[in-house]
Amino acid sequence: MAMQFYASPEQIMRDRSELARKGIARGRSAVVVSFADGVLFVAENLSSTLHKVSEIYDRIGFAAVGRYNEFENLRRAGVRMADLNGLSYDRRDVTGLALANSYAQILGAIFTEQSKPFEVEICVAEVGATPEEDSLYRLTYDGSVNDEPGRMAMGGQAEAISGVLKSNHRPDMSLGDAVRVAVQALGSVGGEGGAARTIAAHQLEVAVLDRGRVGRTFRRITGAALTALLDGGAAGEAPAEGDRAQTPTTPTEEAHKPTTSAGSADLEDKPGQNPPEA
Amino acid sequence: MAAGFDPSGRLPDVFTNAGTSSFTAFLSKVAPEMLPGRRALPPGMAADLAPHATTIVAIAAAGGVVMAGDRRATMGNLIAQRDIEKVHPADAYSLVGIAGTAGIGIELMRLFQVELEHYEKIEGAMLSLDGKANRLASMIRGNIGAAMQGLAVIPLFAGFDLAAKDPALAGRIFSFDVTGGPYGETGYDAIGSGSLFAKSALKKRFRPGLSVDDAVRLAVEALYDAADDDTATGGPDLIRRIYPVVMTATAEGTHRLTDAETSAIAESVVAGRMENPGG
Repeated sequence: MAMQFYASPEQIMRDRSELARKGIARGRSAVVVSFADGVLFVAENLSSTLHKVSEIYDRIGFAAVGRYNEFENLRRAGVRMADLNGLSYDRRDVTGLALANSYAQILGAIFTEQSKPFEVEICVAEVGATPEEDSLYRLTYDGSVNDEPGRMAMGGQAEAISGVLKSNHRPDMSLGDAVRVAVQALGSVGGEGGAARTIAAHQLEVAVLDRGRVGRTFRRITGAALTALLDGGAAGEAPAEGDRAQTPTTPTEEAHKPTTSAGSADLEDKPGQNPPEA
Repeated sequence: MAAGFDPSGRLPDVFTNAGTSSFTAFLSKVAPEMLPGRRALPPGMAADLAPHATTIVAIAAAGGVVMAGDRRATMGNLIAQRDIEKVHPADAYSLVGIAGTAGIGIELMRLFQVELEHYEKIEGAMLSLDGKANRLASMIRGNIGAAMQGLAVIPLFAGFDLAAKDPALAGRIFSFDVTGGPYGETGYDAIGSGSLFAKSALKKRFRPGLSVDDAVRLAVEALYDAADDDTATGGPDLIRRIYPVVMTATAEGTHRLTDAETSAIAESVVAGRMENPGG
């Protein structure tokens, strides 16, 4: 007869935490920061179709690091919860806090009940009327939730990245400055012999929740607009507008096609008329 | 949250499984009472129970499509509402207009908007225009029980087809009946009680390849003709300054004409009719 070994609850939790932490640390990192015209998501991601950063609702975005299948599962659940609440009540009644609470419950339950925790760390970001009113919630594998002060880093070596972010980031930055600070922070770790790396545009996934827009505020920044932002020329800041085009929103979509929310287009005069003043 | 959590805080599996990208399919599992077609109705006719929304016209123009609706809702011989809005954006490139039982129509339209947005968010890609029309058809078909008791809703759907080879022909219109559809329409279409008169007007005046501005004017003219002969359709209300809702869907997305723009067009249509009542 096999001997049943006793393992203390502390030991079990420690083992699960260690598994999750190791899994998360293997992946590439992501950074979320507030800036003058919204909330910026920057993730290191070699794929242009498997997203780490996505839209949840009008003013709520989602960023994750770790195992793709696990956070994709959470993302779908988030979209479903948000759309269900928005339809039951009103679009304004869908909040980042409610979503963060639900995620905390899900992750906490999985951490304690399942033999393997989710190896993910996620950020639920809600853009407010001013940078001070933005909320960034960090959710970890064990279901704990933290309200972050306008900036956060997740993934491998997140602490080192956070340190660089903390010294360079200000909430009143322009989009261009915020992108460069975020990319610099991501590149500050993982180089040969501790040196800083340069991360090219095609290795990045960048998106913003645009404070100035009515309705769906999420848009991706890709291609030439992103390269221009990274290069830091003043010219780079304008083309970012409406460049949701280059996202794979539809296989046939052509360049420079802005989108608006169905629910908000009544309120919006013309889609894409509120470019971020960078 | 509509769906019950179990005590552990885990969501029901239906939230997290890969399953479907359709919001209505999801809703049918977690909150079927929120789907209009799922409600048990007592027997009998209910046609006079609720206000009815009336005439909507849609016209395909060069490089887009125009949809306009009057502002009246009626209950029998009474005017239930003078300023109801029956034309709405379905998503960034398509429009939906509702005729029939107003409450169910508005509910279906909201559900359809969420359906399209939900698919786009889950899949990271927009549905094709035909896909959107098919979804709407199946939602209308779900309401057939209520329709047989007099609570019918008929939408008109139009949009800019991003997959069209020729951008000039990208504006497309789809009509429906209570059993579903969709039926692709060429050039123009109208629904609702005044649609007979609106379509007769459009038949004589529509030309393929109209500019969007001309199509807007034509739509307002057609609504005037509908209001002229159908009591359930409201004409431009110059006294209360209530004018038709006019929306366009073009390569730039959907756009609702401002009140100032529609009032200028409606006033010029009315001025024209003072010269010649037949238009």
